[in-house]
Amino acid sequence: MSLKKVHSEQPKNFEFNVKFKSVAEEILKKYPEKNKKSAVMPFLYLAQKQNDNWIPLAAIKYISKYLSMPYISVYEVATFYSMFNLSPVGKYFIQICTTTPCLIRGADKIVKVCKQKISEKENQISKNGECSWTEVECLGACVNAPMMQINNDYYEDLDEKSTSKIIDSIFKDEILKPGSYRGRKNTSPEDANTINGSENA
Amino acid sequence: MLKKEDKIFKNLYNNHGWELDKAIKRDDWKNTKEIISKGKEWIINEIKTSELRGRGGAGFSTGMKWSFAPKKIGSRPHYLVINADESEPGTCKDRDILRFEPQKLIEGCLIAGFAVGAHVCYIYIRGEYSFEGQRLQEAINQAYKKNFLGKNACGSSWDFDIHIHYGAGAYICGEETALLESIEGNKGQPRLKPPFPALVGLYGCPTIVNNVETIAVVPTILRRGGKWFASLGRPKNTGTKIFCISGNVNSPCNVEEEMGIPLKELINTYAGGVIGGWDNLQAVIPGGSSMPLLPKKICETIKMDFDSLVENKSGLGTAGIVVINKDQDIVSCMARIARFYKHESCGQCTPCREGSGWMWRILNRATKGETTLSDIDLLEDVTKQIEGHTICAFGEGSSWPVQGLLKHFRKEIDKKCSNDPLIKKKKDVPYLVDQHLLEKKNA
Ligand SMILES: Cc1cc2nc3c(=O)[nH]c(=O)nc-3n(C[C@H](O)[C@H](O)[C@H](O)COP(=O)(O)O)c2cc1C
Ligand code: SF4
Ligand code: FES
Repeated sequence: MSLKKVHSEQPKNFEFNVKFKSVAEEILKKYPEKNKKSAVMPFLYLAQKQNDNWIPLAAIKYISKYLSMPYISVYEVATFYSMFNLSPVGKYFIQICTTTPCLIRGADKIVKVCKQKISEKENQISKNGECSWTEVECLGACVNAPMMQINNDYYEDLDEKSTSKIIDSIFKDEILKPGSYRGRKNTSPEDANTINGSENA
Repeated sequence: MLKKEDKIFKNLYNNHGWELDKAIKRDDWKNTKEIISKGKEWIINEIKTSELRGRGGAGFSTGMKWSFAPKKIGSRPHYLVINADESEPGTCKDRDILRFEPQKLIEGCLIAGFAVGAHVCYIYIRGEYSFEGQRLQEAINQAYKKNFLGKNACGSSWDFDIHIHYGAGAYICGEETALLESIEGNKGQPRLKPPFPALVGLYGCPTIVNNVETIAVVPTILRRGGKWFASLGRPKNTGTKIFCISGNVNSPCNVEEEMGIPLKELINTYAGGVIGGWDNLQAVIPGGSSMPLLPKKICETIKMDFDSLVENKSGLGTAGIVVINKDQDIVSCMARIARFYKHESCGQCTPCREGSGWMWRILNRATKGETTLSDIDLLEDVTKQIEGHTICAFGEGSSWPVQGLLKHFRKEIDKKCSNDPLIKKKKDVPYLVDQHLLEKKNA
């Protein structure tokens, strides 16, 4: 379970914009008519996307009406899942995996760089308002450890130097490419001497 | 070692392209219509012959699971649900299938859907895999364009649709009933079993839940025959498996190999060996973080399949191999895993919710050398109180790794826990229930 802090300043109203309204209608078609409640997670994602990557309470209310669900049920879902942000995050939102496989390959060093460059505390937005970071659990890219996620993209095979470079590029608003920072192909063995090399999958 | 022609996932690293036309060159969708025309019974029997066991962790016979779906479709529709939640620390194999071999999964869905009587399939992808989800959606769209999906899918006269549903960062949603709750629009909290999903699953309808890798190997099995698959590995532990080798190795990677390959060979041949040499090996977690770790002595000879690992009081799980060398403090490695479980418990069952916190706190203090010897007995007691007393297998998943630590690394912990009982100590170590003991000194 994740701890959630609801933001102190809340917008009064929320409504999907025109584009998202039609996206929402498309989403509803995926589920049986009488089970439209299934759309609650996709809808929360939409709300989050529309509102600079966080979900205001007004959106929870809006969605509960849209799907004829009790407000509290939508609130429960929004607080249960760690990817729903109930207060603002940076425009670049960095999530560092620190679970054991990443930890033993140096995830703590990545955290250190973020502390130095972005903000002393987790979830604190950097001075220029661009960026915030947080520690998360395994992101499912363990053979590319240590790694971090920036918005939707995975940055893999990191060390202190490459992390520094990536964060600098964020501050210049010209973010570097995602993927491996040791230049290997996806999850293939790097060492060409291993019997299989990278050719034989 | 697995022969090149016996590899199922030829594009694991994307050397050959993921798109539909490239996949067709690798024989995907070759004779799907013909396979389906042989009927449900034949398909399920062939899968039974192959002795395929689920790749999602539990290792349940796939053919058997499919046969639990009601033979006739009654008033309630059947569903196929694919578990692509992949959140077990140490595991990242399904990700490669989703982004580089999506057609294997999609074709497998159609065949499995037909075999269990489902016209609709939901693929539940963890929310963080947004790139992989988009890639899979593109692949699904390509398949629709070719009429491989939709009405009369692939000319089989079976209608079949696939929808993607994203999770949102909750490990527990990998548990099959929590996953169904999540699709239904609820918190991801597991249900009591029975009833099993095969009879009462998604929206109360018969539902078969399978892992991505399980379904993605199905088309190849049916094409080459269940006997071929069963000829790899050994009885009851057949076929090929994608192993994820992470941690303190020179060249961490994913690799497909024959079931039952020795762990040592796997690490040395593909992952470039242990950092600091084989003698620097301390322990290996063989199957994702829920499986008890193995000390070096067992790693020398252990074979990587379901039954060999169970014989050694561990499990193949998801085959996420985490190598830990002697440069690491084993207690703090396990303390971090305990923190993972504390964070991810869904909170329904008291033993799991509270116990996972206890295990984390005790281990965390142990890494700092602030524990007493009796704490270690307490730790063991907590694991026993969780195990077997919870709604879902998360309870075992969180307590087994700690039990493994206690079993094989008792000495390391004892070394850190030589403190006298708290009551005699001057040092303030405040923590929960023993707090009152501290206060006694003023009494
Ligand atoms: C806590 C917990 C987490 C799980 N996570 C996953 C997962 O991420 N992916 C998965 O395929 N199975 C996971 N499982 C196993 C599923 O419950 C289920 O057994 C599996 O999806 C069945 O597919 P299979 O028979 O093809 O292995 C998890 C089980 C538990 C208890
Ligand atoms: S064992 Fe833990 S994760 Fe599973 S249902 Fe109980 S509280 Fe939830
Ligand atoms: S442990 Fe970091 S991605 Fe799995």
